Amino acid sequence: MPAVQFQNVSKHFRRHAGQMLLRERIANLLRPSPREKFYALRDVSFAVDHGDSLAVIGGNGAGKSTMLNIATGLCCPSEGEVTIDGRIAALLQLGSGFHPDLTGAENLVINASLLGLSRAEVRRRFDEIVEFAGIGEFIDEPLRTYSTGMTMRLAFSVAVNVNPDILIIDEVLGVGDESFFAKCLDRVLQFRRDGKTILCVSHALPTLEMLCNQAIWLDHGRLIMAGPTKRIVTAYREASQGQVAAT
Amino acid sequence: MWRGDSLYVLQNLVLKDFRIRYRNMSLGVLWSILNPVVMMGVLTFVFTQVFPNPQIRHFSVFVLCGLVPYNFFSLAWITGTTSVLDSASLVKRVPMPREIVPIAAVLSNCLHLLIQICLLLAAVLAFGGHVNVQWLWLPVVWLFEIVFVCGLSLITATLNVYVRDTRYVVESANTILFWVVPIFYSFEIIPAQYSSVYELNPVAALILCLRRILLAGVAPPASTLLKLSLVSFLMLLLGFWVFHRGKNAFYEHI
Repeated sequence: MPAVQFQNVSKHFRRHAGQMLLRERIANLLRPSPREKFYALRDVSFAVDHGDSLAVIGGNGAGKSTMLNIATGLCCPSEGEVTIDGRIAALLQLGSGFHPDLTGAENLVINASLLGLSRAEVRRRFDEIVEFAGIGEFIDEPLRTYSTGMTMRLAFSVAVNVNPDILIIDEVLGVGDESFFAKCLDRVLQFRRDGKTILCVSHALPTLEMLCNQAIWLDHGRLIMAGPTKRIVTAYREASQGQVAAT
Repeated sequence: MWRGDSLYVLQNLVLKDFRIRYRNMSLGVLWSILNPVVMMGVLTFVFTQVFPNPQIRHFSVFVLCGLVPYNFFSLAWITGTTSVLDSASLVKRVPMPREIVPIAAVLSNCLHLLIQICLLLAAVLAFGGHVNVQWLWLPVVWLFEIVFVCGLSLITATLNVYVRDTRYVVESANTILFWVVPIFYSFEIIPAQYSSVYELNPVAALILCLRRILLAGVAPPASTLLKLSLVSFLMLLLGFWVFHRGKNAFYEHI
């Protein structure tokens, strides 16, 4: 059984679904108007085996984030089937649930439990997480006194220490300075050596080439190409340069 | 799938709310006491001086028995209703069981409630009440109220995602409730043709039980307790069901 499998998955949103007021609701009930559907993903199929690392590339609005959100179970596919085998930790937005008035340590505990750590696991890994973030004695200061970099380091540190079977990363690797980036990269590569699965969205193609052995290329919700990272990235680069040259 | 510890997350979210609320107040828990005390003072003045009601002895304790459960109910209901939208970043970005969010919002009002209960008990003792064995019913009755608000909040929190006006309906309902729940009048003066309607209202039933326990020193009527427990737990079940039905499309609507 693959770690992550998408079978003919489509996801569509209704346009103007943002109208949440009673007035529109009632108007809609009385006179239902066929609203246009917008496909964020259309008939996408792929599979990631345990121990593989998949890069998801594509331009803005290609459906990359929608794909990751479906994989984590935050939204349901409109059509098709998704199967996941293992514990997922998703880094979709660093520091979800962080509060500026709480200390770094308090935020750390809340965030770790949200990502799926039990009380015992949090206790066991607390020091390691603080150590990895490199925040030192600031851990007992309120988060609002932290710099952006420090906050991000704390958030990332919690996430990589959750020790999931499947790690999902959405555009969050570029946090912190050079040395912290190297540390994160090292940790993610260690993940792969441990036979865990990674799904990674990024526009930093060189980073993806380093991290991932497989890649898929999405464009306007459709799967254009799938295969070894090197080949896909080269094709994607050529297509983007072709687009620039054409305009 | 998310494989965390839901209870641990719930505990953390409740603690988070406590800390945020009380860390930035110089008077801290005193604020929890101030509001009911002021309300009690105002209502006592109005109903002993302006509209005197000689049938009710110790009007201030009498009114406090109504105010404390009402305050908790209205505050917990509104925070529960808006909780899912208020925690949009959690609901949209963290794959955890979403039921935790409204329940944590309701439970985080419990410290507030506990302080007010202490105030109420102190007032009862100050006005000549005595600790008696019937007080053992108090935790049971309060539990029913908390369960009921959890269920109700799960429903309105779901509705509030789909129709954003829901919170204003809840706010209006709370205002109406202040008048139709016997807070500053007693059950005895309610005309007979309406009393069956009153009995259906769990907040009213709760106040009835509290007054029996604290002011009269007798056990609450078994039939009321039975109705209260049934309504509370059915409401919780209904709440989970509605939330479960609605939560899958939260992503598209937030």
